[in-house]
Amino acid sequence: MSAVIDDHTQEHDHGPAGGITRWLLTTNHKDIGTMYLIFSFSMFLLGGTFAMVIRAELFYPGLQIVEPEFFNQMTTMHGLVMVFGAVMPAFVGLANWMIPLMIGAPDMALPRMNNWSFWLLPCAFLILVSTLFMSGGGPNFGWTFYAPLSTTYGPPSTTFFIFAIHIMGVSSIMGAINVIATVLNLRAPGMTLMKMPLFVWTWLITAFLLIAVMPVLAGVVTMMLMDINFGTSFFDASGGGDPVLFQHVFWFFGHPEVYIMILPAFGAVSQIIPAFSRKRLFGYASMVYATGAIALLSFLVWAHHMFTVGIPVAGQLFFMYATMLIAVPTGVKVFNWVATMFRGALTFEAPMLFAIAFVILFTIGGFSGLMLAISPADFQYHDTYFVVAHFHYVLVPGAIFGIFASAYYWLPKWTGYMYDESLAKAHFWMSFIGMNLAFFPMHFLGLAGMPRRIPDYALQFADFNMISSIGAFMFGATQILFLLIVVKCARGGVAAAAKPWEGAEGLEWTVPSPAPYHTFTTPPVVE
Amino acid sequence: MTSNKRSTGRVVTWCMTGVVGMFAFGFALVPLYDVFCDITGINGKTGGRYQAGVTDGEADSRLITVQFIAQNGPEMPWVFRPMTRNIKVHPGEAITVNYYAENPTDQAMVAQAVPSLSPSEGTLYFHKTECFCFTQQALAAGETVEMPLVFIVDKALPEHLRKLTLSYTLYDQGKLQQAAADTTVAASTNGLAVGG
Repeated sequence: MSAVIDDHTQEHDHGPAGGITRWLLTTNHKDIGTMYLIFSFSMFLLGGTFAMVIRAELFYPGLQIVEPEFFNQMTTMHGLVMVFGAVMPAFVGLANWMIPLMIGAPDMALPRMNNWSFWLLPCAFLILVSTLFMSGGGPNFGWTFYAPLSTTYGPPSTTFFIFAIHIMGVSSIMGAINVIATVLNLRAPGMTLMKMPLFVWTWLITAFLLIAVMPVLAGVVTMMLMDINFGTSFFDASGGGDPVLFQHVFWFFGHPEVYIMILPAFGAVSQIIPAFSRKRLFGYASMVYATGAIALLSFLVWAHHMFTVGIPVAGQLFFMYATMLIAVPTGVKVFNWVATMFRGALTFEAPMLFAIAFVILFTIGGFSGLMLAISPADFQYHDTYFVVAHFHYVLVPGAIFGIFASAYYWLPKWTGYMYDESLAKAHFWMSFIGMNLAFFPMHFLGLAGMPRRIPDYALQFADFNMISSIGAFMFGATQILFLLIVVKCARGGVAAAAKPWEGAEGLEWTVPSPAPYHTFTTPPVVE
Repeated sequence: MTSNKRSTGRVVTWCMTGVVGMFAFGFALVPLYDVFCDITGINGKTGGRYQAGVTDGEADSRLITVQFIAQNGPEMPWVFRPMTRNIKVHPGEAITVNYYAENPTDQAMVAQAVPSLSPSEGTLYFHKTECFCFTQQALAAGETVEMPLVFIVDKALPEHLRKLTLSYTLYDQGKLQQAAADTTVAASTNGLAVGG
């Protein structure tokens, strides 16, 4: 260990390399974190553009803007880009930036692999997005790419889609290994596991989930590849396969995947709420155990996505109760956040606003999830806009608000300047109102029977769809404001102190703002 | 530093073992799923050839209705129908019924019938000692065939099951390979083939 410190002390003054090579060849966790965050935001805008096409088409009943075939590609690409391009890389970016700073490590444990895992992502998404311009169009079978829609009936570009999934899977797995190695090996002396900030804890658990399920995703797309190109029959009934098998394998990946997208947000919010409540987090240990419990349970509930394929009653009951059981550790978390705020000295800066909205709106999404978990009722809700409302309530105010909260919370540390608080509050309120306008009416649409992924709808759904589209346009446009706020903050403003938030705690606030290119070359001592 | 490097190497090794293991597990789910469905019968796929004695003891006095359905897979041109649509059987007795198939096209074709029993709860109690679905069917142009199915409804069939419906879907196997070849050709002419 001492050798590391000596090496780094000698190179202490080395700043970043100049020009483009700084970004291409960098092994610095802060540079790579920044690139992840910029990449994920650009994917957020791209996936958002696809969503705007969807909402524009659904503004009025009837077909007016796009062909149904293109509409299908938009719903599919919106889901894929948001899940794999926006949410997951954003959390990897936050992990890269913050985990070494939070545990007192000089960098990630595997810096070269870190560089590689980032640069694979633009390649994967270049391939994925290029399918839109190929003959036959891009993927049009929904982000869940159920066989045989994606095998027998998929467009010729499906093979490119599979290749892109493989590459982004490799990238995620490498990112996860890096997080695990960093957290297990590079903690500062005295930083025991149960002293780690919750963001680090939730990311460690997320990394284990990634390692467990991304290979299963790679396996299922490999089976698709073989069915399409090499004449196997994994999912083809005529050759002895079974399309339902696809759904089982996919959701074995898919359900832990939804926790991969939310656990780091749980962690970030668990940093932010205590900071702006000026109190310690209520129930730290129970938060850690609850996160672990959610992660373990996530492997036992996959079939609740497929109640309608014909699962025996015993199976339906098992998956229904197992799903409802997840509400218990999740409830522990929500109560802990509320208890942290209870009788705290609260202030409502932008990170706190996003964090509080996270707690409230994610809970709404959790409740609609409980409704969907009730197997007999699910037959009514399945594949309707109620499902769309549910997962957007957990992903937009859940994952995305968690990312916004983190961005505002740590922007002073990244840039060295305070962001514009009033613009950030405007961003929050417009996002909050836009998001609720967009997604709340979808609950009613779904309960009334409007099917998802269809470019047209019955006339009685017209008003709610128009409201929903207006909300979506508002939410989408507001994100340009976020871009402006971040650019403005990066360019200058009020200089940020090392610890710009009065109640914030953690090692990241012991280094100056902006964080120097190299930090913790000498490990800090945690008592 | 060396100890740190070594332990990082160890973590990476463990993680990679996990990754490889889970990739293999994804593929292991395929046979596991088949075995699970075989044991429980929940996907309605009636099993292979029944080996036990055909006439082990007296037939049950219950009368069970067995319905037969036939359907064609996508773009399957054959005429395919059960010659008996409905039959009442006593559990325990061996019954023979026939399906009729005709290849109306002007070329030889190969087909495979895939069974499905409803309700799936009855799958484990429906035994076939002889079935055209055990093998592929090859028919020359214009040829017709009567295909036998010999089955026994198990005496252990739960009391509340009074009616079983057996459906066969006939898939074109010759066409399947042809379609795969066509896709590859079409894809490569579009400049879209990778790894195919």
